Amino acid sequence: MFDDLRDLYQEVILDHGRKPRNFRRLEDADRSARGDNPMCGDRMELWLKLGPEGEIADAAFLGRGCAISMASASLMTETVKGKTQAQAKEMGEKFRILAMTGTCPECNGAIAEDMERLAPLSGVHEFPSRVKCATLAWHTLKAALEGTKEATSE
Amino acid sequence: MNVTLKPAPASLDVARIRRDFPILSQTVRGRPLVFLDSGASAQKPRAVIEAMVRCMETAYANVHRGAYHLSEVATESYEAARAAAARFLNAADPREIVFTRNSTEAINLVAHSWGRGVMKPGQAVLVSEMEHHANLVPWQMLRDDGRGIELRVCRVNDEGELDLEDLAVKLADGKVGLVAVTHMSNVLGTVTPVERIVALAHAHGAKVLLDGSQAAVHRRVDVQAIGCDFYCFTGHKLYGPTGIGVLWARLEHLERMPPFLGGGDMIASVTLERSEWAPPPAKFEAGTPPIVEAVGLHAAIDYVTAVGMPAIEAHERALVDHAMRRLSEVEGLTLLGRAQDRGGVFSFTLDNAHPHDLSTLLDRAGIAVRAGRHCAEPLHTRFGLEGGTCRASFGLYTTCEEIDVLAEALVKAREFFA
Repeated sequence: MFDDLRDLYQEVILDHGRKPRNFRRLEDADRSARGDNPMCGDRMELWLKLGPEGEIADAAFLGRGCAISMASASLMTETVKGKTQAQAKEMGEKFRILAMTGTCPECNGAIAEDMERLAPLSGVHEFPSRVKCATLAWHTLKAALEGTKEATSE
Repeated sequence: MNVTLKPAPASLDVARIRRDFPILSQTVRGRPLVFLDSGASAQKPRAVIEAMVRCMETAYANVHRGAYHLSEVATESYEAARAAAARFLNAADPREIVFTRNSTEAINLVAHSWGRGVMKPGQAVLVSEMEHHANLVPWQMLRDDGRGIELRVCRVNDEGELDLEDLAVKLADGKVGLVAVTHMSNVLGTVTPVERIVALAHAHGAKVLLDGSQAAVHRRVDVQAIGCDFYCFTGHKLYGPTGIGVLWARLEHLERMPPFLGGGDMIASVTLERSEWAPPPAKFEAGTPPIVEAVGLHAAIDYVTAVGMPAIEAHERALVDHAMRRLSEVEGLTLLGRAQDRGGVFSFTLDNAHPHDLSTLLDRAGIAVRAGRHCAEPLHTRFGLEGGTCRASFGLYTTCEEIDVLAEALVKAREFFA
């Protein structure tokens, strides 16, 4: 009955949804922000630790939400580690395009490999009401980096 | 021995009714549509659609204004809709019917005109934990308005029923001026004991507003028998159009209340300095009203009346029993609320699937359910379900077979996320 939904719920998404990585509070974080999706109740808190060059040395989150939003946050914390802040923001922009269109023609260069890891989430583009589930984590990351503290994917 | 035989309500020919709703014959992603979101907004029978088209094609003009034929016809239709709404609620007088945009606007009207115009500082409004935001937020706004109106909240027990002891406690000091509660929860399906609530409230000097958005669709409502002071429902949940709602209030209350919105049609006379208000209901209907929508609502009321509210209620009882049985069999499913008296609204969670993931899956099976907190966030918090629930809600066209499709899809969904 649900076979065609395997494009949306790929094994990697179900896995990260069930067992999100970096699912913990980061003590002595340099940046943090809360992400909220008031319509559905998804909520997360994100912490970042910055390295000597201002790069993202560590990222972790806690929160609640659907499989898509949890998996997206989990994959995000894995992929932004070691990236410069500018790269992380660029990845967020590209991810938004990926989630909305299903493709990312300009996902190349230094971030190409990491964008490839996020590709399993591209299936949400066929589910307009679910795009915001996938992008909440990245909105929250942007808020943390820009110091706005609160993000919403509404 | 005297035996009184109650006539059994005429049974409802669901197959025939379904043919009256054009939208129900469509398929979603290759599967027959199983529409289980009537609690959010119901589908429309052809009678409503055609009445609105006919109005616009043959009998449309602005109301209460022109002394020409079309305006007189339109005015007659509009006022006939008011009379139909009055009969539908068994109101004593059509002048007790105020047309609004929806239930939300009806409650805001009372919060504004009664809350700010009639209630006194030091008085309180008493709502319940199970209210839709529409019957909570306007009262919070009233409380925060600096008029010294307090807001109290009656608890809901673990079964999802109103805690009447708590209600009595919160009424005891006589400061509550208005009890504003739902007649049927849009999340729990709980039908509240409105006659008892009214008796309790009136004994303590409080008026009663009932939010009938859900209840009026599912059972016969008689405002005089209930004895309440304000009652509201919305057209689009009653198989009518969006953009029209009904506030019923006792005429004596409407006469005491200041207007809500100002403008044309609600005045008796206007000078540049001041205005005098028209008598109710016109006093509360500023501007061009929802004319076509009133005609649609009238057709919807005629439709459910012709089917018969007792038959609709009996059909729904059968659906509720069937859903209770089938959903209880789904492993890992938890139902929110187990009230004795309930209507066809079922909110639930499945142990390994988030409500949003679940509703995406169910959509693939052609099943439309709502996921989230259904405009009742405090109630979800009360039950520790901040992540929301899935909700299946029934209409008069819902069948037991559709509930079977839902139950089977839920079992498969659980396997999917295992």
